[in-house]
Amino acid sequence: MLFELREVGLDRGGKAVLDSLSAEIPEGSTAIVGPSGAGKSTLLRLLNRLADPDRGVIGYRERPLGSYEPLALRREVSLVPQLPALLEGTVESNLRYAAELAGEPLDLDRTLALAGLDPSFAGRDVSKLSVGEQQRSMLARALAQRPTVLLLDEPTSALDHAARDTIEAALAELRRELEISIVLVSHDPEQARRLSDWVLRLEAGRLVSCGPLAEVLA
Amino acid sequence: MTPMAAASTSIHVHLWQVAASLALVVLAAAISFWRGADLERDIGIATARSFVQLTLVGYAIKLIFEADTIWLVLVLLAVMVLFGAITAGSRAKKVPGSFRPLLIALALAGGSTLGLVVALGIFEPTPRYLVPVGGMVIGNAMTASAVALNRLGDEMGEARARIEATLALGATAREAAAPTVRRALRSGMITLVDSTKTTGLIFFPGTMVGMLLAGASPTDAVRLQLILLYTLLGSVSISALVATTLAYRNFFTPASQLRELDEATVSPA
Repeated sequence: MLFELREVGLDRGGKAVLDSLSAEIPEGSTAIVGPSGAGKSTLLRLLNRLADPDRGVIGYRERPLGSYEPLALRREVSLVPQLPALLEGTVESNLRYAAELAGEPLDLDRTLALAGLDPSFAGRDVSKLSVGEQQRSMLARALAQRPTVLLLDEPTSALDHAARDTIEAALAELRRELEISIVLVSHDPEQARRLSDWVLRLEAGRLVSCGPLAEVLA
Repeated sequence: MTPMAAASTSIHVHLWQVAASLALVVLAAAISFWRGADLERDIGIATARSFVQLTLVGYAIKLIFEADTIWLVLVLLAVMVLFGAITAGSRAKKVPGSFRPLLIALALAGGSTLGLVVALGIFEPTPRYLVPVGGMVIGNAMTASAVALNRLGDEMGEARARIEATLALGATAREAAAPTVRRALRSGMITLVDSTKTTGLIFFPGTMVGMLLAGASPTDAVRLQLILLYTLLGSVSISALVATTLAYRNFFTPASQLRELDEATVSPA
């Protein structure tokens, strides 16, 4: 099992954002769905220790997540946040920074291609990219670390249909080309149907259902 | 002979002269009243406080000079560092646990710069030099570190998404905060760097003016002023560097997680 959650809870401002969450996330592609404020993004942040739960235990590949060194874990379980937040510079300098952090060699053209970007993007100033291009650059930056798990927080929110289709095609291609697991947060059940085969449905910080796509989103 | 010893001509200022200068305070209050700036009360408080505080400090310095012992100087400097850290901390409210970084920054800036100017033979280690120079060094270090931490607090809030996205790549807290800390350090140092560039052209600094008024030769006044400006550049840099380097850590947990802002600003860190 990729991740195992046992009675996981997290409070913010005296309120439970996640409450007694128990679920399993297998290798492959998983979607976390639910309405706004359900705790989807918060759960995703717990999976690479950008935050730790107040209660309960999260397991990753049969070991407690807390037993992993946080920096090494984050290079292996890479999170792409909902809002693009690249470092000042070019797309290439961002990718090189990420690859160096992970101690991985960078195949620039291939990494760009995996995120649906052509090689001409390498020298582009990130401040001059559209939101969709920034989203794909964020994905490319995460891929430059050659992670084994990708955590994607609403990767196509705020994008038009054409840009959304490009990213979804890039993710489908990724799964075909690389042995990589994807955990995707989405408010859109249709996107979950297109991209995942396992689904967690949250509402108000609680797990409503968890299982194969066909069962949860029938 | 030190520059200050060379320029030790003294003048006597009478209380009636101080009282006469209050005419300009009245002018300031009148302008405020006339244009509705609503600063008359503040001008009154500022005038009264400056009179009381400087008079008390004047007598304290007189006592220290007469006692001529280094220990009293150290106590006075320690008190300045303590109040400097409290004052700077009140201007850096968005930085959690800012008091300790500021206290260390001011103590290090004051101690190292004063130690260096004494070691280099620029000033003699006596109360007559250490008290006024120490006051200037610690005062400027306080302003610089307060500006730097104020900027750090603002920037850590604004750059939150970028910092967390960098942490998500497995960067350390230091790496993720580096651009923010760099900008904060720069803003703490830039004011003195800029005023040093324009000194003599746009304004005459206080020490030089004071020495000229006291009858010192212009050459001595300029040389002493240059020594003080260069000393202040050193102390301001040290205090801004130490304050930002220690304070940014309070925004992160030991597991390189960005603290929630509310949690960060109230926790003692």
